[in-house]
Amino acid sequence: MSENRSVITLANLTREKIEYLLKMAAEFERHPNRRILEGKVVATLFFEPSTRTRLSFETAANRLGARVIGFADPKVTSGTKGESLKDTIKMVSNYADVIVMRHYLEGAALYASEVTDVPIINAGDGSNQHPSQTMLDMYSINKTQGTLDNLNIFLVGDLKYGRTVHSLLMAMRHFNPTFHFIAPKELEMPEEYKLYCHQNEIRFTEGTELNEDVIQEADILYMTRVQKERFTDLMEYERVKDAFILGADMLAKAKDNMKILHPLPRINEIKADVDDNPHAYYFQQAQNGLYAREALISDVLNYTLDDIINDHTIIQ
Amino acid sequence: MTKTLLVSALENGTVIDHIPCDRTNDVITLLKLNQLTSTVMIGYNLESKKMGKKSIIKIANKFFNDAELNQLAVIAPDVSLSIIRNYEVTEKKRVELPEELRDIVKCANPKCITNNEPMHTIFHIIDKHSRVMRCHYCEKEQRIEDAKLK
Repeated sequence: MSENRSVITLANLTREKIEYLLKMAAEFERHPNRRILEGKVVATLFFEPSTRTRLSFETAANRLGARVIGFADPKVTSGTKGESLKDTIKMVSNYADVIVMRHYLEGAALYASEVTDVPIINAGDGSNQHPSQTMLDMYSINKTQGTLDNLNIFLVGDLKYGRTVHSLLMAMRHFNPTFHFIAPKELEMPEEYKLYCHQNEIRFTEGTELNEDVIQEADILYMTRVQKERFTDLMEYERVKDAFILGADMLAKAKDNMKILHPLPRINEIKADVDDNPHAYYFQQAQNGLYAREALISDVLNYTLDDIINDHTIIQ
Repeated sequence: MTKTLLVSALENGTVIDHIPCDRTNDVITLLKLNQLTSTVMIGYNLESKKMGKKSIIKIANKFFNDAELNQLAVIAPDVSLSIIRNYEVTEKKRVELPEELRDIVKCANPKCITNNEPMHTIFHIIDKHSRVMRCHYCEKEQRIEDAKLK
């Protein structure tokens, strides 16, 4: 099998590779509409529905001139007839130049990348990895802070099950961050990630309160949703559910550069009065997903940063 | 009453001693002993000073390579092995946990692709001492002791 350019996780990427992909995404932000992928076919296989991620990937492919095939609902596939994932991937590999896939099973994207020469981009495998989300998070952090180095990053809410915070933590290891884990006891950062921090010399503190004084130290406030269904003790949920809701009144002491991120969808963990606050960045963050995904698709298809910089197919 | 051996001595073959009784079937499964045509003698619930009760398996005219034998470290890390040639013990061995377990055990995560697709499993040993492994596919860490054979 030739070199496998698939993107399954960002955890093992070097600092140089991450910076390279972020530079490529920045080029796409300058000129998002091009014909550089004209003639290419991108397959989006969503074995688990995810409208937001799918639309973002399909927009990225379309804005670069590629054509898109695929399915948004696994009920329409032969998987319902009992076809194996391997067979589905083998079949689609005959048609597409790159496969973007979301699957409800963990490890599905890695396995898919082992059964085909066509590069796979993991658009989420169960609760395991979601590298394009991490890439857009890092792009957003870099863009708003001007750097990825030496930042105070507060991760708030569900740190136990939230895969985006786990992936971000691992990908940031090259950049000397200080993390602050703010979560209810039931949803605190799992031991294996604290161990990961120790092994990679990542500083972190832990807390159970989100308030004005805590927020004033943050460069990045990364909010996630505290979900009722994650609690075994519903009284505990009732006690803590309002403790992790961010309102505009809590931002008075925030540093000027502080930005609020959220992987979305948001339910009630950020009040609507924050949306117009200059610290709010979650909607722009989602837009950055387009550029990050344009970069990932181009990279797996073997286009280099120089190809993107010297691209003559830009649509002005 | 004269004392006799419960099972007869081997002329040539492999003896696996100090098997925990509840792992006897797993040893048979792992080494595919049920597919052999040579004589296999299984002693179950034998007295043992070290273990209380133990099992012994004697396999005639069969010699395993280290990779095959090291699989036993997953289910019975303290077994002792004797290689018999011409009624003599010519070699004694212990088993050692390999760096990687390929298609030996199942992943404990029901949402892992390996439990939902006709495919192999791969585990990387994270810590030989505390016997922790990580699934190559879903990345979940798990205790080797809790693993079920494929």
